[in-house]
Amino acid sequence: MILEQFPAIIVVAPLILSFVVNFVGWRNKGFCFPFVIIALSVSLVSAIGILYAVIKHGTIYYHLGGWNPPWGIEYVIDHLNAYVALIVTVIAFVVAIYSKRSIEQEIPGDRIPQLYALLLLNVTGLLGITVTGDLFNLYVLLEIASFSAYALIAIGEKGALIASFRYIVMGTIGACFYLIGVGFVYIMTGSLNMTDVGQLLPDLYYSKAILMAFTFLTIGVVIKMALFPLHAWLPDAYTHAPSAVSALIAPTMTKVGCYVLIRIIFFVFKPHYSIEIMPLTTILGWLAIIAMIVGSIYAIAQHDLKRMLAYSTVAQIGYIVMGIALANKAGLTGALLHILNEAFTKGCLFLVAGAIMYKMGMRDIYQFRYLFEKMPLTMIAFVIAAFSMVGIPPTCGFFSKLYLLLGAIDARHWIFVATLLISVVLNVVYFFNVIRHAYFKPSEAYAHDGGRPEKIAVDEVPLSMLAPIWFTAIGILITGIFSGKIVSTVIQFAIPKCFLGGG
Amino acid sequence: MIREHEDIVIQTVCRFFIPFMQAYGLYVLAHGHGSPGGGFQGGCILAASFILMTISYDLKEVKRRFSEKLNVLFCSLGVFIYAGTGLVCLLLGGNFLNYGKLSKILPTDPVMARYYGMAAIETGVQITVMAIMVSIFLNLVTAGKHEETVEEEDAGDNSK
Amino acid sequence: MLEIIVSKYNYWIFVFLLIIGLYSMMTKNNLMKKLIGMNIFQWAIILYFISIGAKRGGSVPIIPGGHGHGVQKIVVHATGYVNPLPHVLMLTAIVVGVATTGIALAILVRIYNSYGTLEEDEIMKELGK
Repeated sequence: MILEQFPAIIVVAPLILSFVVNFVGWRNKGFCFPFVIIALSVSLVSAIGILYAVIKHGTIYYHLGGWNPPWGIEYVIDHLNAYVALIVTVIAFVVAIYSKRSIEQEIPGDRIPQLYALLLLNVTGLLGITVTGDLFNLYVLLEIASFSAYALIAIGEKGALIASFRYIVMGTIGACFYLIGVGFVYIMTGSLNMTDVGQLLPDLYYSKAILMAFTFLTIGVVIKMALFPLHAWLPDAYTHAPSAVSALIAPTMTKVGCYVLIRIIFFVFKPHYSIEIMPLTTILGWLAIIAMIVGSIYAIAQHDLKRMLAYSTVAQIGYIVMGIALANKAGLTGALLHILNEAFTKGCLFLVAGAIMYKMGMRDIYQFRYLFEKMPLTMIAFVIAAFSMVGIPPTCGFFSKLYLLLGAIDARHWIFVATLLISVVLNVVYFFNVIRHAYFKPSEAYAHDGGRPEKIAVDEVPLSMLAPIWFTAIGILITGIFSGKIVSTVIQFAIPKCFLGGG
Repeated sequence: MIREHEDIVIQTVCRFFIPFMQAYGLYVLAHGHGSPGGGFQGGCILAASFILMTISYDLKEVKRRFSEKLNVLFCSLGVFIYAGTGLVCLLLGGNFLNYGKLSKILPTDPVMARYYGMAAIETGVQITVMAIMVSIFLNLVTAGKHEETVEEEDAGDNSK
Repeated sequence: MLEIIVSKYNYWIFVFLLIIGLYSMMTKNNLMKKLIGMNIFQWAIILYFISIGAKRGGSVPIIPGGHGHGVQKIVVHATGYVNPLPHVLMLTAIVVGVATTGIALAILVRIYNSYGTLEEDEIMKELGK
């Protein structure tokens, strides 16, 4: 009986426990953290259960409130949903374990219960977006996730308030455009359920209102996803947020935005519309190319480690959107595998940046001297994540970039192939810049501090922060080695049927 | 921020209005199924009565009656009522928020049980909305510093 | 031409308010004016949705009488009622708008306390130093 109710439990458990944390934290701050871990463990177990049930039995349909669709809200969970939900839950759980020490250092003590409550609300919103099958319910949960992100980012350091305000303005424009799109779809079809609209729309393909609906929906989701040129909110917001908050929001929010884009372009509006009647995939392809190059070039110029990682995120969103824009089997496989890779890799990188902030109090790359001797385990994890970002086997990044390359070659878009290879070279430049400063002995011209001291003591971060960093780093290696199994079990069924016939 | 203003006309009129506003808020909640209204609207009207008290009287009065601790309690209580009703329906065998299953514990048939379920969740929504609206207003007025502003009011009061 | 304007006046009002809101968010310097523009933008969408559910001569979508045997005696003409679904969706959108305004106002109060001004170019100059 419980197994059938997992789609509801995965969303409701963080929601209720968020308010329990808010209430209990008022009395005693020490009781907040166990409730956070309980909530995220329940969600993790539910996500694993849902993925197992979907692999065994196929798509799950869950009718909220007992009302049948299209009159009621329905949760439709197929392979794509379950995959993204599991990724979000794992990252949230890992970051929650990490956050205990990191937040105690960065945030004044009386705000900690409220920060944990907002964290759980953010996870509620993200998980709700991944499991729902109703267009308006997705808007509500998108706004829940966005509000908690606005508030979480505003708690940070010096530039965080204005960064959060800019994020509010741009995020509200995006969500309101999504709402206009949903409104137009409702006027033309009379239904809000995704499956129902997908069946009613092919008769209406040549109407102007559906064209406007498609445009508004896509632009709204693109703003939330931070694809170039609508990415201006992302660097400031991710840089000035607290470390644990960056580590939660950066791997998950934009990737859930990519999931919503796939859902709207390929499942609600069928691929025939998105590729042939409206050349959306062409437009997205060109924007992705520019995003990959521009994001990497901006990242090379940064001093601050988290700002560099934020621009790197802009470039990686370009990779995923390029995979969607190629619209063939290998391209979409590459995009979905890159979502997994990006979640683990960016999670590991932001956790390492938080650890460096915890120990050293600064994030300037050019002062990372001797960091390898001071924090060896953390920096080894950084190296593994950098290898995955660049695309060196056997990490997961190699396999996702391989699928993207195969997809680009299949579609005969040689510009995509060239851009992919150029951006890999640019990635090498800025990641290995950091590794060079942390590992290698500086030459005489740079040694301003009068030579190297005798022996630098190993001063690692505590275990509760080190374990999540190593969990994500080992996760990168394991998902890389087993990536073939992941593709054949889950991703292959997540791609819409019409792409599978071709090649 | 909000100084005590000894205007007898405003205070008397508002003292007359505030209970009626609160009763109207409860009326709007109870008649939400038949006329415009429901949980959110009733909650806003209830919150408006507290804001009227703040404007006409004094911040200290409202703090005395609706302290921050009570605020947090009400905010969480409303969500627990809502989600609790949904979970009770889950435990009684239906899907989440399937109020028809409430007929197993309430002495009515499934159709009327849906009606009572909806009334219960609207009550939860109203309590939460009232607490949050008052909390937004008080936080903005005091700029987040609750206790210091109350002491400043005492100092200003003595110096008059 | 005049028929298009007069018969679809709710669309014209919606577009007009939307563009005012967007213009205000993009070009004004003061953060409070940006917030007001955002509010106008959201309320334009809410008004539009409610206007598409209206119907000339439509009645309130409530079936009088009790349930059970009471309802079977009343004939229900489904086309005579105003569509209630856009109203329900817009209740949620109003709550979302209120919450956004609340968060943005709280952040504005903090910005004013930290920087002493609400003009965006002065804040960027402060941050740049």
